[in-house]
Amino acid sequence: MRLKLEKRREPSLAMLVITPIASVILTMVIGIVVFDLIGIKGFKAVVDIFLSPILASYKWQDVALKAAPLVIIALGLSVGNRAQVWNIGAEGQYVIGALCAAGVGVGFGTTGGFFVVLLMVLAGIVGGGVWATVPAWLRTRFNVNEILSSLMLTYVALQVLSYLVGGPWKDPNGRNFPATAPLDPSQTLPVWHGSTVHLGVLIALILPFVFWVVMARSEFGYQVRVVGSSPTAARHGGFDGRSTIFATLIISGAMAGLAGALEFTGVLHKIDLGFPSGYGFTAIIVAFLGRLNPIGCLIAGTVLAVTYVGGQMAQTSVHIPNSTAGIFQAMMLFFILASDILVRYRIRVIPSAKPAPIAKAEV
Amino acid sequence: MPDPAPAAVARLELTGITKRFPGVLANDHVGFSVRPGEIHALLGENGAGKSTLVKMIYGIMQPDEGEIRWNGRRLTVANPKAARKLGIGMVFQHFSLFEAMTVLENIALGMDAKIPARDLESRILAVMGQYGLKLEPHRIVSTLSVGERQRIEIVRALLLNPQLLIMDEPTSVLTPQEVDQLFVVLRKLAAEGCSILYISHKLHEIKALCDTATILRGGKLVDTCDPKVETSRSMAEKMIGGSLKDIQRGAGRGFGPEKLRVTRLSMAADGPFGTALKDISFTVRASEIFGIAGVAGNGQNALLLALSGEEPNHDPGSVTVNAVEVGQMQARDRRAQGVASVPEERNGHAAVPVFSLADNAILTARDRLGMVRAGLIDPRAARTYAGEVIEAFSVKATGPGAMAESLSGGNLQKYIMGREILQKPQVLVVSQPTWGVDAGAAASIHQALVDLAATGSAIVVISQDLDELLSLCDTLAVINGGRLSRPMKVSEAKIDEIGLLMGGIHGETAAAEIEKVAHAAQA
Repeated sequence: MRLKLEKRREPSLAMLVITPIASVILTMVIGIVVFDLIGIKGFKAVVDIFLSPILASYKWQDVALKAAPLVIIALGLSVGNRAQVWNIGAEGQYVIGALCAAGVGVGFGTTGGFFVVLLMVLAGIVGGGVWATVPAWLRTRFNVNEILSSLMLTYVALQVLSYLVGGPWKDPNGRNFPATAPLDPSQTLPVWHGSTVHLGVLIALILPFVFWVVMARSEFGYQVRVVGSSPTAARHGGFDGRSTIFATLIISGAMAGLAGALEFTGVLHKIDLGFPSGYGFTAIIVAFLGRLNPIGCLIAGTVLAVTYVGGQMAQTSVHIPNSTAGIFQAMMLFFILASDILVRYRIRVIPSAKPAPIAKAEV
Repeated sequence: MPDPAPAAVARLELTGITKRFPGVLANDHVGFSVRPGEIHALLGENGAGKSTLVKMIYGIMQPDEGEIRWNGRRLTVANPKAARKLGIGMVFQHFSLFEAMTVLENIALGMDAKIPARDLESRILAVMGQYGLKLEPHRIVSTLSVGERQRIEIVRALLLNPQLLIMDEPTSVLTPQEVDQLFVVLRKLAAEGCSILYISHKLHEIKALCDTATILRGGKLVDTCDPKVETSRSMAEKMIGGSLKDIQRGAGRGFGPEKLRVTRLSMAADGPFGTALKDISFTVRASEIFGIAGVAGNGQNALLLALSGEEPNHDPGSVTVNAVEVGQMQARDRRAQGVASVPEERNGHAAVPVFSLADNAILTARDRLGMVRAGLIDPRAARTYAGEVIEAFSVKATGPGAMAESLSGGNLQKYIMGREILQKPQVLVVSQPTWGVDAGAAASIHQALVDLAATGSAIVVISQDLDELLSLCDTLAVINGGRLSRPMKVSEAKIDEIGLLMGGIHGETAAAEIEKVAHAAQA
């Protein structure tokens, strides 16, 4: 018996849905086995990481707060990925977006009220978008691979952050800690009363549907898909590849910048050296686990947020490091990429060959 | 032609070969035999099961039933490597070449035995010299034309000294002179005892070349006949299982006002091995079909891109449509002016392979047919239009939702031609409209072009198939090295002059050359 990959006539919709779910389940199973082997209670760890945050209702708001930036960033990245544009620098755009928002905050001091919040969020969107035009320009002008340039710009962004919070924007009353002054309460994002759930969560719930309409129904969404599937056909259809690269990178940068501004104005209210949280990188996993589909990103963002919160819970319950969640996230990405092939191909089992014919010409 | 004694064992004998795919019976108990040194034609429409059959001979697939005998021995051809070891070579219609590698590297990859590059190169040069196949071994494949790529495949097959050579549509990209040269090669091979299984739609070629023809229709063997006795028409009718329609032209056709004018159009070469366009001028009037002949790689692609607007020109006046200067316009704006185009490559240029036919309708018809409103696409309009095209051009597809890549080449070509023609363009530029398309489909594409011209459109047909141009066009010019010859009326055109122009001898020189040849012949 042997196995053979056979191309499907049409991509399987069932597999499109099944493979991400299977990836999560496989991750849990492998997690249990591996953790047991290294002497940690695997079952307990997996339950804590994947289920406890869902079962404990007091953790839901944590999950929502973590999911919001992941979903927003992943939405932008999935647009780029559809056009075969690989923005790996969302973390940097996220940081720059937050810094631009902080710059507005610093500029206005404690005056301005809610108007300043709007301005900060806008500044975040613009800042993240502008940061992403650098790899876009390098790619279209000099054919520089955007994977490298956007990733490298992340480290530039981190340096900018540490310069600003350690220097010009350092809180004068902050006991010399490298951090900006906390936002005035009038300048923070509104929260659902009695909770920490801010307006950004609502935005993260609405945006996937906006993106879905744009990608599935608009001419721009069509353009992105054509450029990603077949650049020559796109040119034949009258779509410009360069402007598509620019547009998708700017959109993904702007979304990351928006997420950064929301995190700053909605959760942290100040920026310190610990601000970069890896959301920009984790969102890459979200985009793939969500099958580059906006609604998929919403679901996948929630799943990944669960593992973040669960990772923190497992830290105290089974005494494993917080970064364990990262291992699970990486495993999910691994399985989703590996099972991707099942969407376009099917596995066929070929029974063992019949008894050899009279003369078999084999090499 | 050597005619081996009837007692001789067949080189290849197929009996009762059957192959099923989910929902399709691709081959239904097909059997025939090929003698040593015989040139055997395999005829049939797209989907008749020719490809499946040769794939089983070449070991890519295994038959579900039936047996293959090779030199009298019953065997299974496990894979193409085994086939090559037996001495079966194949030249595919769709080439399997690595674009980023050189000719030499591609051939080396296809060789089962490792041969040092230096030896291989000399062997390649020897084969090329022996059979007159021109190729530069160190060029990168991505810069080569279709015709040149095919030559790589032919050389690759010949290097194996095959006993049976399978050729799938080999002449579709060659000049008449090159076809003759190829036939010399094939006859020479046959005389040396190599059998040839020759798949083609060009019936007069089969008549000229082949000893036997096996005709398939719908997976079944229809007839095995002697092409020298049959007429092209009788074979075509056996192939399609009905009577063949001639191109119907309206009586008393005259040309209308000038629609397309190209004036001193020049384009820089695209890449180091691309062809630059030099000083191209011609005009096409309403109802006129203007043909551009030429060997692959002489600037045809560049010309199509320059006319469609995929490569705009710096000179606005270089191309005018209905006296509007469109030279600097991009493809989309030119479409708004009524220019439609069909490039040579269907999958990946004219259509997106992984998109449905409906989504592919949006690619070029969205503006002219109002499929986009306020930035949003109307999927129903796209589906309806795709359905109309499928219906009007008898495209064999499961419906507007079928993936473009799931269609056979001929059916996708019908769909793409239909997509452009039903938009009623003012000017239609098509490249290789019937490449790899069977006789039935080709006839319907030709008829559609003639009908479109009759409604007053100007049509430019770029083709390497001279017969097609001669039967279809009113006016003809030849492109060579990026230059276009003086246009001539098809009714007054001489085949040898066109052939020489295709080979690179221009205008009056060509006439002089012909006379010189004639004198030499008399002398």
